[in-house]
Amino acid sequence: MIKKIRVLVAKPGLDGHDRGAKIVARALRDSGMEVVYTGLHQTAAQIVNTAMQEDVDVVGLSLLSGAHMTLFIDVAKLLKEKQMDDVLIVGGGIIPQEDVPALKKAGIAAVFGPGTPVEDIVSYIKKNVKR
Amino acid sequence: MDEKEAVKQIKEKRSDWEKHVYSKAIKDSPERKSKFKNLSDIEIKNLYTPEDTKAVDYLKDIGFPGEFPFLRSVHPNQYRGKLWTMRQFAGFGSAEETNKRYHYLLSHGETGLSVAFDYPTLYGYDTDHALARGEFGKCGVAISSIVDMELLFHDIPLDMITTSMTINGPAAIIWAMYIANAENQGISKDRIGGTIQNDILKEYIAQKSYIFPPEPSMRLIVDTFEYGFKNVPKWNTISISGYHIREAGSTAVQELAFTLGDGIEYVKAAMQRGLSIDDFAPRLSFFFNAHNDFFEEIAKYRAARRIWAKEMKALGAKKPRSLWMRFHTQTAGCSLTAQQPEINIVRVTMQALAAVFGGTQSLHTNSMDEALALPSEKAVRIALRTQQIIAEESGVTDTVDPLGGSYYVEWLTSKMEDETYKYFDKVERLGGVIPAIEKGFFQREIAESAYRYQKETDANQRIIVGVNRYKLDEQPSIPILKMDEKGEERQIKRLQKLRKDRDDAKVQGYLLHLRKAAEGTDNLMPFILNCVHSYATLGETCDILREVFGEYKEQAIY
Repeated sequence: MIKKIRVLVAKPGLDGHDRGAKIVARALRDSGMEVVYTGLHQTAAQIVNTAMQEDVDVVGLSLLSGAHMTLFIDVAKLLKEKQMDDVLIVGGGIIPQEDVPALKKAGIAAVFGPGTPVEDIVSYIKKNVKR
Repeated sequence: MDEKEAVKQIKEKRSDWEKHVYSKAIKDSPERKSKFKNLSDIEIKNLYTPEDTKAVDYLKDIGFPGEFPFLRSVHPNQYRGKLWTMRQFAGFGSAEETNKRYHYLLSHGETGLSVAFDYPTLYGYDTDHALARGEFGKCGVAISSIVDMELLFHDIPLDMITTSMTINGPAAIIWAMYIANAENQGISKDRIGGTIQNDILKEYIAQKSYIFPPEPSMRLIVDTFEYGFKNVPKWNTISISGYHIREAGSTAVQELAFTLGDGIEYVKAAMQRGLSIDDFAPRLSFFFNAHNDFFEEIAKYRAARRIWAKEMKALGAKKPRSLWMRFHTQTAGCSLTAQQPEINIVRVTMQALAAVFGGTQSLHTNSMDEALALPSEKAVRIALRTQQIIAEESGVTDTVDPLGGSYYVEWLTSKMEDETYKYFDKVERLGGVIPAIEKGFFQREIAESAYRYQKETDANQRIIVGVNRYKLDEQPSIPILKMDEKGEERQIKRLQKLRKDRDDAKVQGYLLHLRKAAEGTDNLMPFILNCVHSYATLGETCDILREVFGEYKEQAIY
């Protein structure tokens, strides 16, 4: 039996916009992945702890407050520190194109903006999951 | 010929028309869809006639502007007198930067202010709190004390302009800062006007910037109602909001039903406290979204006015003003596309027009770049100009409720009203609004609608220009707002200086008074005012309430 892909969908920081995170969580679940949703108001440390405890293959971060340059990068750094380099990190939200290169450099493999069909996210994860 | 006979003849004629004319026409020109449905999933017929509105009694159900049931307008002469207030929601970075933006907007013809606060402020944290990391000034302005409030409104005459503040969890504290700042400038409480959002129920339901659990939150809100009508009579002490419910993915019907349901809940809570409905009800206001389906939005606003008037009357309101459903509108942020951002100008125009046909009292038009970042100066100026063109050039303001009497619009208005009452019944069966929140009812309803909308869009059943049709390979790039990078540092220094310079014993004394009062049942507004006047910060004041009231945690449902 093929192991199911395990995904943590997380909302870092104080942002309360959870429409996208919930839609993506549900779409990933419907596509056969195992999904854990953190709920709101998570610190980077809480997200990384959950990722470890749940032994996930993917962390999906959602942020619409504009704090992505700090909080996405915090999560990526902390995952690295915990030797979880093989976890695929993806992000989404209100993120200007010009921020994307720096996010990618920090380890966010892909950034999905508004208007992305959920199928694109599903297939990206299936193709790029590292473990 | 009497009306019944006329409707009967129309019905017969329609049936002929369907059989002999329409059926032939659709052979030559087949319909584009098997079913036409609006965003609330209501099926739309090919044609509406007097038969569809036969249950509507003009004098009883439609009536005249300024008269019960206020379907057509709360004001008799509507925009022939005063235009709606052009009020752009704005805030970013530091108080100084946002103040500059306010002056910019006012100089271009804006007629009211609307403050967007950053996340730490919305949660009652000072800028230097650990949980504020990365959030300073990102989606609004940071206000940690009365000193920031003073800078935010520098050179703005608070007795001449009204200000709306989108603040909920710590609304009482931020309002106190606004009042205290006006007082410091010699402007008494009864001369200032504006609105605090102060709608915690929709925070639990959709927007999620809550702090305290429902019970103490409702107490704080009723405290502001009471303090408001007694001391700040020109202030709208709540803006009962559907906007965020809609942004979270609800349909128009859900937005309408959940918002009015919340409104009734606040009225009941205030009456339970012993307040008289005609004292506080004239200062209740509403806030709705303007989404893409033009007629559905118009019907929503009109239905809201009629339902509210009826419900308030049933609750015992006697003053006409207590029956008014006055509202602000913002065009739908969630409808903006990051793809081909310039075309958002067109979307916003349609949405703004719907709000005006719906009789809005004030309006925010989104800027074309808001699916990417906070708006640039140019983008926000075009958004404001959109309102000015509708107001000054289009002629839609020349008569009251121009779409009143349209068979389609009146039918849809009644239909949305019926659907709203179905939701009222459902919520009632769950034990009321707060139990329904605790059971996750609203949250689940909204998540379902959001998911369905996404699925339909992904399957190209709903067309979004530039996203799933008429796409461009290369996205045009537009300039993005740049914030002052030194803003956060300045703000933190200001906060440190304030804590050092103030009379700390006095601050601690007032905070202690607030704690004692919070533990009891007194109205907290005077205690909060003392705190902010003595330079207690937002975080310090809010922490006292957190300690007494506790914090709300939600069950995440998806």
